[in-house]
Amino acid sequence: MSRLQVVSGKGGTGKTTVAAALALALATEGKRALLVEVEGRQGIAQLFETEALPYEERKIAVAPGGGEVYALAIDPELALLDYLQMFYKMGGAGRALKKLGAIDFATTIAPGLRDVLLTGKACEAVRRKDRSGRFVYDHVVMDAPPTGRITRFLNVNDEVAGLARIGPIHNQAQAVMRVLKSAETAVHLVTLLEEMPVQETADGIAELRAARLPVGRVIVNMVRPGVLDDADLDLVRSVPRAAVAKSLSSAGLGGARRGGTAQRLVDPLLAQADEYAERYALEQEQRAALAALELPVHELPLLAEGMDLAGLYALARGLREQDLS
Amino acid sequence: MSRPEPAQAQDAAHQPPYLSAARVLDLDPLLDDPRTRIVVCCGSGGVGKTTTAAALGLRAAERGRKVVVLTIDPARRLAQSMGIDSLDNTPRRVKGVEGDGELHAMMLDMKRTFDEIVEAHADRDRAAAILGNPFYQSLSAGFAGTQEYMAMEKLGQLRSRDEWDLIVVDTPPSRSALDFLDAPKRLGSFLDGKLIRVLLAPAKVGGRAGMKFLNVGMSMMTGALGKLLGGQLLKDVQTFVAAMDSMFGGFRTRADATYKLLQAPGTAFLVVAAPERDALREAAYFVERLAAEDMPLAGLVLNRVHGSGADRLSAERALAAAENLEDSGIVDQEDGKAGLRNSPDRQDSSASAASGPPDTGASAPDAGSPAGTDTEDSATEDAPRAAVQHVERSVDQLTAGLLRLHAERMRLLTRERRTRDRFTALHPEVAVAEVAALPGDVHDLVGLRDIGNRLAAHRHELPAPELPDRAAES
Repeated sequence: MSRLQVVSGKGGTGKTTVAAALALALATEGKRALLVEVEGRQGIAQLFETEALPYEERKIAVAPGGGEVYALAIDPELALLDYLQMFYKMGGAGRALKKLGAIDFATTIAPGLRDVLLTGKACEAVRRKDRSGRFVYDHVVMDAPPTGRITRFLNVNDEVAGLARIGPIHNQAQAVMRVLKSAETAVHLVTLLEEMPVQETADGIAELRAARLPVGRVIVNMVRPGVLDDADLDLVRSVPRAAVAKSLSSAGLGGARRGGTAQRLVDPLLAQADEYAERYALEQEQRAALAALELPVHELPLLAEGMDLAGLYALARGLREQDLS
Repeated sequence: MSRPEPAQAQDAAHQPPYLSAARVLDLDPLLDDPRTRIVVCCGSGGVGKTTTAAALGLRAAERGRKVVVLTIDPARRLAQSMGIDSLDNTPRRVKGVEGDGELHAMMLDMKRTFDEIVEAHADRDRAAAILGNPFYQSLSAGFAGTQEYMAMEKLGQLRSRDEWDLIVVDTPPSRSALDFLDAPKRLGSFLDGKLIRVLLAPAKVGGRAGMKFLNVGMSMMTGALGKLLGGQLLKDVQTFVAAMDSMFGGFRTRADATYKLLQAPGTAFLVVAAPERDALREAAYFVERLAAEDMPLAGLVLNRVHGSGADRLSAERALAAAENLEDSGIVDQEDGKAGLRNSPDRQDSSASAASGPPDTGASAPDAGSPAGTDTEDSATEDAPRAAVQHVERSVDQLTAGLLRLHAERMRLLTRERRTRDRFTALHPEVAVAEVAALPGDVHDLVGLRDIGNRLAAHRHELPAPELPDRAAES
């Protein structure tokens, strides 16, 4: 199992949720996982129902079996100062740079540098060892930028290594790329069973492959339960409305006669079944499109009550059962 | 427009799905008003921003205005539906628009936009030096952030051409929906900052007596930067900054102008969201931020809302009724065999799929059901008694499935309503237009037109606070 698991996906597909569930799933049996947030949204804190995360690795959950999940919200500015201090012993210069506006420049105006810092910090956590020479984290899970930007984001160090052809940045950029392009890394894409996210997933995979970044798995999120099967859907088209009204009435939902409560339910319920049928057909098309990508595909259910901590643990269990961790 | 009536205390179970204390956003008057010149659609990723922008553009055009839609990163088929799959950075007229108006659409090409600015504002040699600079090439090819500057730049350009009655602009899928608001300011603060002077130091700062202390600091800084970046990259950056120097004033002026344009009375912001916690949190943040920046908010477009024509039937009652049907099926079955499961193709349907805990596996209905359903259907007309019984059984089973489907819908609807109501409680001043969820994606003008109708016609769907019997209307 790769030590750095990057989770991307189209906006709105729930990649933060999947990343968090994956970290929980990976942290079982006494293992330690670090969940890293790079987009400054504090989505992890909200998901784990804790206060906003500082720029500090902090334990936020205990996984079943004694594992631990740590979380880190990477702040590009602090990461830059950190980095200056760590690699160049330039903490003081960092303050001067900040006063000059250079830190602002590096982290916002020149956004490429920002991505360098974010990927650099994540790779540092992957490689970090304790005194006994063991890795501090068994796994690092990154809640990464969306599919449209993921290849560029991960590849930024290649670009930087090309720009800065010598010097410490060059070396650092190459070290990061060595991690990102190795089998130590897997990039997973989260999607929904809808056309746009699936299309974007296919495009994203093509881009990742072209950039020789290691593609992991496709995770279909928020899959709705199957309620009606093909036979039901056939019957929906031909069933006499009066028969459904009678059936509803026998179930205790009022009168089946014209104008009766049960009778008035028939049309809306059949309309919902038609919508279901349409969506079901589209979903099957999207499943086929995903199967054509020739990657392992996993599905996670839609949680009817919305996402909460209990739901997150349920998703983590689902990932483990599907052998994703 | 009047303030909303305070929400009436209602039994939660009897709240209609669309009910809300919020004002209803009436979009047609906004689109029709000749004073509306710019509509900005913003919101977090995946909420249907681009589709909303395109649908509004089409609607405004079909209501007689000359419209251009600026999209940033449209899904391929949406772009094709408007005929703008070619990325040439200029507005193209969309064919198939009905009525007297015109719809033009364009897709932003960041690099091209940036290059055009350089070409327009620098002499030829200088422009060539900039365009060939490796640092510039990386920057302009679209690091996160460049998109925001260029989207605002393009908006400013389109507006100053004054060729269109209305510009509808989609915003980039940023980390934060607010990035594009911050972009011009950030650029400004960078241009005013000391860093620029440091970067220009070798060329500019030498010699001024009063700057002596600063000079020492600066050469130290460039030394540090050189150490950090590598001498050659620093040189690239410096060359770039020096070459751009003459253009910075222009950047600054235009960034300021665009910012003011966003605050102008002719601009209307629409925050787009889906009825989900994260999207609405982002929307709330945006609403507050727009207020703080004096930017005119027209309202919230809430996409992908699930309603139901049978919303008086709660999830709990629907489930209980489904169980009734299924239980009675087993009891009534005379031969005492598999009860309602007497038709093999139904083995696994409603009962197991919907009543268990959320299924983590692929719980898709079995796609390859055995044939045999056809005979059931044809048996409806005239059939032996046994077959009639069999059909009744199937109808009961289907009805149970319909009820379970309804229960699922009602749970979703309840959750969405709760999420939305949290937003409207915090921001009762924000007018809201709700758009029902569609099963599929939009691929053509017909689909966009449909969305436009839903966006604008929503007010007719809103039930009065006292629940009307919606089931009776259908």
